[in-house]
Amino acid sequence: MRARDVCLIFLTIPFVAGIVSMLSEATGQGPPTMAADELRPAASFASIADRRSRSIALFEEAGKVLQHPRCVNCHPATERPKQGDSRRLHLPLVVRGVDGHGAPGMRCATCHQANNYDQAGIPGNAHWHLAPASMAWEGRSLGEICEQLKDPARNGNRDIAMIINHVKTDSLVIWAWSPGPNRTPAPGTNTQFGELLRAWAEAGAECPTP
Amino acid sequence: MPHVIKVNGATHSIDVDDDTPLLWVLRDLLGLNGTKFGCGVSQCGACTVFMNGKPLRSCSMPVSALSGGEITTIEAVKGREASAVQNAWVAHDVPQCGYCQSGQVMSAIALLKELRNPTDRDIDLAMSGNICRCGTYARIRAAIHDAARTLAG
Repeated sequence: MRARDVCLIFLTIPFVAGIVSMLSEATGQGPPTMAADELRPAASFASIADRRSRSIALFEEAGKVLQHPRCVNCHPATERPKQGDSRRLHLPLVVRGVDGHGAPGMRCATCHQANNYDQAGIPGNAHWHLAPASMAWEGRSLGEICEQLKDPARNGNRDIAMIINHVKTDSLVIWAWSPGPNRTPAPGTNTQFGELLRAWAEAGAECPTP
Repeated sequence: MPHVIKVNGATHSIDVDDDTPLLWVLRDLLGLNGTKFGCGVSQCGACTVFMNGKPLRSCSMPVSALSGGEITTIEAVKGREASAVQNAWVAHDVPQCGYCQSGQVMSAIALLKELRNPTDRDIDLAMSGNICRCGTYARIRAAIHDAARTLAG
């Protein structure tokens, strides 16, 4: 085989793969292909006939948000939060403290104000704080996070309706979609995220295998 | 944009952009140079002031967000905790170059307002955001313990 033929083959493969992908989407076979920063609409899961499978699939889609750095960074496994898309340890050294707002003399509000301050690169929200240790998500599987979310002993004594209301109305949760420059927003929109969890609950609030 | 801010018990009318850091207003407009610029991104603590008695990094606070908060700088901080810390700082000869020390003193006062008898860990956590390139941390910790004993006496 001559060098020109080899080049032709390598140039042709991606072209053919692209045509196959386009045809697959056009015929509606399988789930739509979503970019990493998007969420599948809750309605697109209606074709999954089995209720339990549908519920788990919906939660797995919502999990793209739950396991995103904008959320996990402040649901740390230790007393120390992470920061940035690379999930590095927060600098300066800060800890959760007894109320989630930091240690005496070094509170979150020492640096984090009510809004993002882009000139200094400091994200902000009126109640910037860490999730309680019982809601640590860092390093947990999606199934484990799901069980945590449903457990009133660990989720702030909330039922599922209260959880859904929390993620749709809490300003610090909503911040994850407006984090300022140099931080990737959570995938999709807050509305889509809330709809995914609502549809998950309506389908039985089933959890993936931990 | 015009802004009215309260600093060290006085009210000032200033005209700066909304996103101007409080630190620039303190130093460049009001001439309060005791508060230092170190990093500009809340990493070093040299710019620490109080707002309504709580510590705040003035480099990361836009003047438009002060919302009438009362600012206190190193030039005017006072009270039992402030006196105890300042006396302990002198007794332990804490500063070396001194650049970071106004921020260190403000954070130490803030800690002692919340905790009367802090442990080494309490001190380390409260002071973790105040960097000293001279490495005076051991003297800072000793001076805070000393100030705590003064307040307890």
